Amino acid sequence: MKSEYDLLVIGGGPGGAIAARTAAEAGLSVCLVEKRPAIGAPVRCAEGIGKKLLHEFIEPDERWIASDIRRARIIAPDGTAVSLEESMAGSEVGYVIERKIFDRELVWNAAEAGSDVFVKTRASAPIMEGGTITGAIIESCGETRRVHADVTIAADGVESKFARWCGINTTVPLREMMTCAQYLLTNIDIDQTCTDFYLGNYVAPEGYLWIFPKGRRSANVGIGISGRKSTEGNRAKDRLDRFVKERFPEGKIIEYIIGGDPVCEPLDCTVADGLMIIGDAARVVDPLTGGGIYNSMFTGRLAAGVAAKCISGGLCSRERLMEYDETWRRSEMGRVLERNYRIKEFFITLSDHHMNTLAKSLASITLSDFSVKTLVKELTKRNPALLMKLNELKTTLN
Amino acid sequence: MLNIHRDICGYCGACVSVCPEGALELIDAYLTVSSLCMNCGLCAQVCPLGALEVTDEE
Repeated sequence: MKSEYDLLVIGGGPGGAIAARTAAEAGLSVCLVEKRPAIGAPVRCAEGIGKKLLHEFIEPDERWIASDIRRARIIAPDGTAVSLEESMAGSEVGYVIERKIFDRELVWNAAEAGSDVFVKTRASAPIMEGGTITGAIIESCGETRRVHADVTIAADGVESKFARWCGINTTVPLREMMTCAQYLLTNIDIDQTCTDFYLGNYVAPEGYLWIFPKGRRSANVGIGISGRKSTEGNRAKDRLDRFVKERFPEGKIIEYIIGGDPVCEPLDCTVADGLMIIGDAARVVDPLTGGGIYNSMFTGRLAAGVAAKCISGGLCSRERLMEYDETWRRSEMGRVLERNYRIKEFFITLSDHHMNTLAKSLASITLSDFSVKTLVKELTKRNPALLMKLNELKTTLN
Repeated sequence: MLNIHRDICGYCGACVSVCPEGALELIDAYLTVSSLCMNCGLCAQVCPLGALEVTDEE
């Protein structure tokens, strides 16, 4: 490990890996550190990603595509199922991937592009010079080093600490931290091409329970609920256990996955002097789906591009790095985040009765264009009883 | 004080970012709690497994 780099990336998930690769390809000297001893493990993810979104970054490879999904089903509390075919659900339907292999591939690409990579190596504090972040104290297998960099990218995920150490408030409100548990179940009978989402205040309050197929007779079966709905005996794992016992009594658990998913609004500002924050650490998770892989890669690539420009210009102040913050907020991803946050805030106010009524109306509609806007329009037209509730949503979408 | 039941903890880090004091840190597979902890219990509530517990002990 050198003591000086152009760019230091903290965290070896998809966001950090894409940032490191992009920067190395732009000719920067790059150091990527990952605190865990292995890239991609332990998994903290339901492993679903939209097809179109993924293609923007990497060609699908059978080594890490576990399932090719053709439709998604949303199951209301009373069991009414709404089926979304691939042709109309667009980016909502996609692949279920093997994060262990996928993440490794992305870091391998970064390394191949010229980035240094260190595992079981973590940042324990920022190096600050007159308010500017100029690198980090790095602990690697018992040794402490000072690593300087023109720009440091915090890609340290949901449990991110680096930005906070730099004085940025990254606290996630309890109600907006989804507390999640998931099993990789085998020996179960499922439709390999369909993802299921179970809604309802009994099954998964303010969240959902999912079944994401992972190849033959296996699936990620998991649940995410709001932190404020997590109580003794009704935690994410308790709820998941009850569902699995009833639905998949024959299932065998071969992996136990837990984690938190921040569904709050993004950080107020994702840059500081010498610092950029990306992915889950920047809280750019889709608040409606909880998905974060694409957004991490998108912000990672964008941050590295802006960093390269600022480094070659010789100035990496907050003002210069703001181009990154402004660009992602204006992007399609930024707009979807904003819109989906409002939809999420609307959905968590729905009672099970409302959800059942909505699902029943939806199940009878055939839409060629399954966009959120068309959907809301159609529903308002067909369901006067829900008009008041939906109008709240419609107003937020205009 | 905050008790971490290490045999239950899945070192997932869900607790770290809800801490208003920034007292928790996940170092690889080991959760640490610093003296900044105010025993508010938000971490204990959000834990998907119930591995954290605020007790009366000093």
